[in-house]
Amino acid sequence: MKQLLILSGKGGTGKTTIASAFIRLSKAKAYADCDVDAPNLHLITEQSSEPRKTDYYGLPNAEINPVLCIKCDLCRQNCRFDSISVEADKKYKVDPFACEGCGVCEAVCPADAVTLKPAVSGELMLFANEREVFSTAQLKMGSGNSGKLVTEVKKQMKTEAVNTEFAIIDGSPGIGCPVIASISGVDMVLVVAEPSISGISDMERIINTAAKFGTKTVVCINKYDTNIDNTEKIEQFCKKQRLPFMGRIPFDPNAVKAINNVQTIVDIDCASGAAVKAVYNKTMKLLFEKSVG
Amino acid sequence: MRIAVLSGKGGTGKTLISVNLAAVAKTSIYIDCDVEEPNGHLFFKPGNIQEEEVSVLIPKVDEKLCSGCRKCVDFCKFNALAYIKDKLIIFEEVCHSCGGCIMLCPKKALTEKEKVIGKVQKGTSDNVTVNTGILNTGEASGIHIIKKLLNNNTEIDKQTFIDCPPGSACIVMESIKDADYCVLAAEPTMFGVHNLNMVYELVRLFKKPLGVVLNKCLEEENPAEKFCFEKNIKVLSRIPFDNELGILNSNAEIAVRKSEKYRAMFSSLLATVIKEVHHETASDSQR
Amino acid sequence: MKIAIPVDEKSLQSNVCVSFGRTPYFLIYDTDTKKSVFVDNGAAVSTGGAGIKAAQMIVDSKASILLTPRLGENAAEVIKAAEIKIYKTTTAAAQDNIEAFIAGKLPLLNEFHAGFHGQRGN
Repeated sequence: MKQLLILSGKGGTGKTTIASAFIRLSKAKAYADCDVDAPNLHLITEQSSEPRKTDYYGLPNAEINPVLCIKCDLCRQNCRFDSISVEADKKYKVDPFACEGCGVCEAVCPADAVTLKPAVSGELMLFANEREVFSTAQLKMGSGNSGKLVTEVKKQMKTEAVNTEFAIIDGSPGIGCPVIASISGVDMVLVVAEPSISGISDMERIINTAAKFGTKTVVCINKYDTNIDNTEKIEQFCKKQRLPFMGRIPFDPNAVKAINNVQTIVDIDCASGAAVKAVYNKTMKLLFEKSVG
Repeated sequence: MRIAVLSGKGGTGKTLISVNLAAVAKTSIYIDCDVEEPNGHLFFKPGNIQEEEVSVLIPKVDEKLCSGCRKCVDFCKFNALAYIKDKLIIFEEVCHSCGGCIMLCPKKALTEKEKVIGKVQKGTSDNVTVNTGILNTGEASGIHIIKKLLNNNTEIDKQTFIDCPPGSACIVMESIKDADYCVLAAEPTMFGVHNLNMVYELVRLFKKPLGVVLNKCLEEENPAEKFCFEKNIKVLSRIPFDNELGILNSNAEIAVRKSEKYRAMFSSLLATVIKEVHHETASDSQR
Repeated sequence: MKIAIPVDEKSLQSNVCVSFGRTPYFLIYDTDTKKSVFVDNGAAVSTGGAGIKAAQMIVDSKASILLTPRLGENAAEVIKAAEIKIYKTTTAAAQDNIEAFIAGKLPLLNEFHAGFHGQRGN
C-alpha cells in the first residue's frame, strides 16, 4: 500500500481541506485522520454507516481503596506529579489528569491500598463498507500519549484495507510524538505550508523531522496570495533544499463556504479547487513514478 | 490578573490575540506556553534576554553497587531501563522522572542527576515582559517548562496574558490552571466549531469564566457564532478577515504597534475582557 | 544459533511484522534443532519504550541474530549492547527470510529510525 501523509507543522494551514480534496480526487479507498487531538476529517467525508468503535487505553491511573488506606501519606509524599491530595474528609484522592501511571504509589503503599487501573484515554473509530475504509480516533480531553493512538489508527486502516493500493493520511500539527508516529512507514509526505513567518519556522521544523526518517518530502503553499514575499521565500527554501514544489493554492472564501456545506473544495467550481487539482496531479505523478524504482 | 488565550486547533489566531492584547495593555506580562512551537517571540523580538535552563531529575547508576537484580527494569512502566550483559542501560528521554527505580533499588546503586530538557527566556519589548518556554527537540513533554514559566510570573497585580498550546491535552490544562479568565479563539468554519467545543468543555471542567473571540470572520453565516449563541457563550469580539491584518501578522509584526485602527480594536477587546473578569470576581464574592 | 524475527502470526509462513517494538509475537528459530518457538511480545501494549522492552526480551531469549525490516534507535542500542547482529528482512514471509539469511543473502541493517520518544501521557 502506497501511503501519502499530509502534514503542516503549524495548525490551521489547510491540511484537512487539502486532504479531503485529495481523497475526493483520488477516490481513495483507504484514508485515515491521525490528528487525534482535534480530528476534523470525519466532518467533511460524510459517512453513511455507523463506525466500529474501540476503546483506547493509554497509561493506567492509580486508584486508592479508601477501606484499605491507612492514611500514612507515603503515596502523596512520593508522587512526583503532585497527583495525590487529601480531601476535606481525610480521604486520599488521585487526580486522573496529573497521574502518569508510574506505579510509585502502588509500590510504596504498606497497606496494598493502591492499584493501577487501565484508563480509557480515547476512542478508535473505523468506518468500513464495500467502497472504502476510513480510520479515525478521538483522544480524550487531558490525555497526552497520542503517539500510540496514531499508530493504532494507521494499523486499523491497514488491517481493514489489506488489498488497497493507495491511502491518504491526514497528519497532526506539531513536531512531537504523534507526528513521528504518523510519518513512520509512509511513502511520501506532502507539507502544506503557509506564507507567514511563524508558518515558515514551523515548516522548517517539520521538514527536518521528516528528513530524519528519510521520507520523501514535497511542499505546497496554501493561501499563497496572503503574503507573496513569504511565498517566494518558501519556494526559494524548497529549491535550496531540493524539495519538489507542488504548487500554490490561493486564499479563497469559497473554500470556507464549501467546508461549511460539507463539500470539499473540488466539489464546487472555485479557484482553490482548481489549484488543488494541479497540486494533486503533480503529487500523484511523483508518488507513483518513484514506486517503479 | 491572568488571562489565558487558547483554541482547539492551531492557526485560529491564539498568538495574534494574546500578543496584541499584551501589547495594547499599559504594562503587561506575556507568557508563551506553546513550548513545542513558540512563536510569540518572533513578534515581540524582545531585548535584554535572560535565560534559565529547565531540568528534570533522572536516574544514574553506580555500576559497582548494582547487583543485577533487575527490580528497576521490571518496575519501570515506561521501559526506560534495560539490563544487558551485566550492565544497566538508562534511556534518558524515555524516563518520566517518577523516581521509582531509585526508591526500589535494594543496593542503593541508583541516584539522581539533573538533565536539561529546555529553557525559559525573559526579555522586554517596550511595555511587555516577554516570557518564552522552549522545549528541546526530541523531548517528550514540556510540562515542566510550563510550570516554570508560570511560577516565574506570579505578580497578580500585573496584567498577564498566557498563550496556550493548541488542543485540549494535559499541557493545556497546566497552562490554564491558575488563569482568572479564558479567551477562546475560533474560526468561522465547521472545523472551528468542532474544536471550539473541545476547549469549551475543557475550560468548563476547570470552572473558569470564558468568552470567545471570533476570528477571520467573513460575510457568510458563521457557525462558530451560532455555537456561541446556542451555548449562551459571551462573544468578546469579532475580528474580520482582513488582508492588511493578515499581512502584518504573517510578517510577524504586532498589529497594534503598526496601526491606530488595530490599536483601537484590541484596546476595546482588552476593555471588554477586563470588564468580564471584574464582573466574574464580583459575582464570585456574591456567591 | 538462535534467530529472532518479529512476526504477525504464530507460524513460519507468517509475514514479518513491520513494527519491531509492537509486533504481536517474536519467532525464535533455532538453526541447530530447526525448532521454532513463538513468544508473545509483552511490550506491544506499552505506551512508551516498547522497543526497549522488546529488545530486552530478545536478549533474554539468547538469540544471537535479529532479522527485522526496521529498528528504532533505542532498541538498536539494547540489541547492539548485547552483541546481537541485525539483518534487514527483504521479503514478506518469515521463513523466506530465514532461508535467505542462512544462504548469506540478507544485508546488515545499519540505519535506525528515531524513536517515538517518551510518548509521555497524563
